[in-house]
Amino acid sequence: MIVFAIASVTSRKMLRSVIYLLFVLIGIAGIFFLIDYNFLAAIQLTIYAGGIIVLLIFSVLLVHHIEMELEIAKTTKQLLTGSLCLIGLVIFLITIYSYDFKEVKNHLTTSTVDIGTKLLSYGPGGFILPFEVISVLLLAIMIGAIIIAKGSKPSNKNNSSI
Amino acid sequence: MIEGISIQEILTVTSILFFIGIYGFITRKNLISILISVELIWNASVVNFVVINKYLFPDALQGVIFSIFVIAVAAAESALAVSIIVNIYRQLTSVEVKDVETMKY
Repeated sequence: MIVFAIASVTSRKMLRSVIYLLFVLIGIAGIFFLIDYNFLAAIQLTIYAGGIIVLLIFSVLLVHHIEMELEIAKTTKQLLTGSLCLIGLVIFLITIYSYDFKEVKNHLTTSTVDIGTKLLSYGPGGFILPFEVISVLLLAIMIGAIIIAKGSKPSNKNNSSI
Repeated sequence: MIEGISIQEILTVTSILFFIGIYGFITRKNLISILISVELIWNASVVNFVVINKYLFPDALQGVIFSIFVIAVAAAESALAVSIIVNIYRQLTSVEVKDVETMKY
């Protein structure tokens, strides 16, 4: 998974990096299956691997010529960013390993019914309000995406090359 | 929880994923590649939510529900970003970051 993640940010061909991202997402769905959250793994597989990857592939194919290689950043900038990320990672790891997690041994399996009742409950700790808000958000995003992608006429300056 | 794997190991994997995403976000020069890096960062945070919920508070469900919301917002965001990218490509015939320099055309 880590190898594919590195490959997806360093590959110079657009389509390949999207496919590497697909493998990373499938690996994450595997983690969800291993810790017994089957519903979440199904969501991950359908929304990410099914939806977002297809969207990205379509946009890559619309926008790019497949053979075209991307230009990459300067080596100094890459090294600087890489070393900064390594420093941040080391700080994260020190924090993680010095904190005393109180793990609870369990083998509970969360069923979809529990998630559904929690998501729609009115009582304390229920999530009905964010659920409604996110449904309105998705509707707004859908309309907005259609309007933006429909767009206006392309500007005259670039008309010939389209 | 997974037998024989502690929470620290999974958190290590997710933080490596997170920093790979940040590295890609800074070094790539293409809008779609930046979108891919943002997806990596989202996924690292989602796995953190779920793993902490499972290992430390197995009776609660808040982590799972939050990660469902995070996934929904990520899907919405990437759909909007792809439509913006297609629109930019129509106007500029390029999706490189350096060509997108004014917000008003």
